[in-house]
Amino acid sequence: MTATRHTPEATPMIELTGVHKWFDDFHVLKGIDLTVQRGERIVICGPSGSGKSTLIRCINGLEDHQEGRIIVDGVELSQDIKHIEQVRSEVGMVFQQFNLFPHLTVLENCCLAPIWVRRQPRAEAERTARQYLERVRIPEQADKYPGQLSGGQQQRVAIARSLCMNPRVMLFDEPTSALDPEMIKEVLDVMVELAEEGMTMLCVTHEMGFARTVADRVVFMDGGEIVEQAPPARFFEHPEHERTRLFLSQIL
Amino acid sequence: MPAFHWLHRNLFASPLSTALTLGSLYLLWLAVPPLIQWAFIDADWVGTSRKDCTSGGACWVFIGTRLNQFLYGFYPETEQWRVNLGVGVLALMMAPLFVRRFRHKWPLGLALVIGYPVLAYVLFHGGLPGLPVVETSQWGGLMLTLVLAVVGMVLALPFGILLALGRRSRMPVVRAACVAYIELWRGVPLITVLFMASVMLPLFLPEGATLDKLLRAMFGIVMFQSAYMAEVVRGGLQAIPKGQYEAAEALGLGFWQATGLVILPQALRLVIPGIVNTFIALFKDTTLVLIIGLFDLLGIVQQAFADPHWLGYSVEGYLFAALVYWMFCFGMSRYSQSLERELAREPQR
Repeated sequence: MTATRHTPEATPMIELTGVHKWFDDFHVLKGIDLTVQRGERIVICGPSGSGKSTLIRCINGLEDHQEGRIIVDGVELSQDIKHIEQVRSEVGMVFQQFNLFPHLTVLENCCLAPIWVRRQPRAEAERTARQYLERVRIPEQADKYPGQLSGGQQQRVAIARSLCMNPRVMLFDEPTSALDPEMIKEVLDVMVELAEEGMTMLCVTHEMGFARTVADRVVFMDGGEIVEQAPPARFFEHPEHERTRLFLSQIL
Repeated sequence: MPAFHWLHRNLFASPLSTALTLGSLYLLWLAVPPLIQWAFIDADWVGTSRKDCTSGGACWVFIGTRLNQFLYGFYPETEQWRVNLGVGVLALMMAPLFVRRFRHKWPLGLALVIGYPVLAYVLFHGGLPGLPVVETSQWGGLMLTLVLAVVGMVLALPFGILLALGRRSRMPVVRAACVAYIELWRGVPLITVLFMASVMLPLFLPEGATLDKLLRAMFGIVMFQSAYMAEVVRGGLQAIPKGQYEAAEALGLGFWQATGLVILPQALRLVIPGIVNTFIALFKDTTLVLIIGLFDLLGIVQQAFADPHWLGYSVEGYLFAALVYWMFCFGMSRYSQSLERELAREPQR
């Protein structure tokens, strides 16, 4: 059954129900239930090994799940590669290591998917790409190669590259963890702008300042489970669980 | 004096170094002057028959008079213009690929790989009005070596890439088949492969059907070299960070799109030394077709030794063959180095 693309506005953007995942014998996700509404900004935090990266990688099919259901914008993720590819063209992802394609220029990096996946003509793809490079404030770098840019610039290119596919959801997997401190702000600024424009975002990060300013909800994961989720005000001021309090005391 | 200092530092720095330098100079003194004397100074360059080789030096006349045969084999002299035309067309078609600014490299490359073999076959083999048939058994010498080498390279690389991708596939049947293929063809010497292709292939064909000997040789060479190429390419594929695969997938690129646009361009660039190495080996391996009765460059030179008019000039023959092989292999090596330099440079368009 093909999933419909015209889902009514009230349905959630992402729904995870009873999701379990094992890496061989290691139970990495233990019964995850999570709903993300359109336009919501979620920050996922937790100690390392808690499964937060695995969780968001399940949402765009980079990791598969053994039990439970994951539905993204009406399309259920299953073994069917067609569904996975359908989801991936609507979900953008930004990685900790940027993962830009080193053999292509910045502009070509951004145009690659629109040309080959959406079959856009090159001129149109380049126009869109230049617009997004403008938005992430590095239009002059269009003809450079990734190796010639700083880390902060590369990550912004990575964000622009994902945006060129006009995704409905953006996933961020620790986007600033590999950056020098002075470059973190420029990337976070771009992410804040994106959030203010109404993009649905799921962000795994340790930047609690960002969580406080932008997040609608903060989700705390530990040991493969969602321990607590709450709006940032309540999350940071009145955490309910002991484990949350412990984590917050360590990072704040 | 800087020259003196250079000599002292590099050649005479220590007693051992000095001894080695003097020893090497002595060996060079023993070997090189007589060689130059024989090969150049005393040699006979011009002439038409054995009688012109009177001095004690090298008899290059031998090479000169038989050069046509060394280059074209038994290809009829009146038809040799066809071979020249074929080579000329190939050179013309390949030239734009070396020009950096040329934009249509992919269509041209595809046209070359698919269209040229057909053109070359028709031209060399004939069969059309105006082009009398020249059987493949008459092809020989450098021409045959080049036909085998070029076809071998052009087919072994894509086939090797597919095998490498197949070996890394998650589909068990594909993976098992590719592993079996690679281990089988790598496990036997090429000479055995050629022998078996020549002797055994006809057994599998229906009664009366014969497969052209040249085709059998090409089949053996391509199968053999693609197994080696597959492992070279696989090394490159393994070296690409997982993040590249993931980023391509996350953008929605399908397997073939991701492989062709993101992974292979990087992987192939990495293993250029390995690929060129395999090509050079392929080029020299073509000489084994002698075992099945085809006369490549070396074969035809050897065959010339049996000519009663020219007995005793095998040294000149082997030197000539060695020189030709070296020229081609060195050319490939230099080209690959320049290719690597160009790709490694801070890329500018």
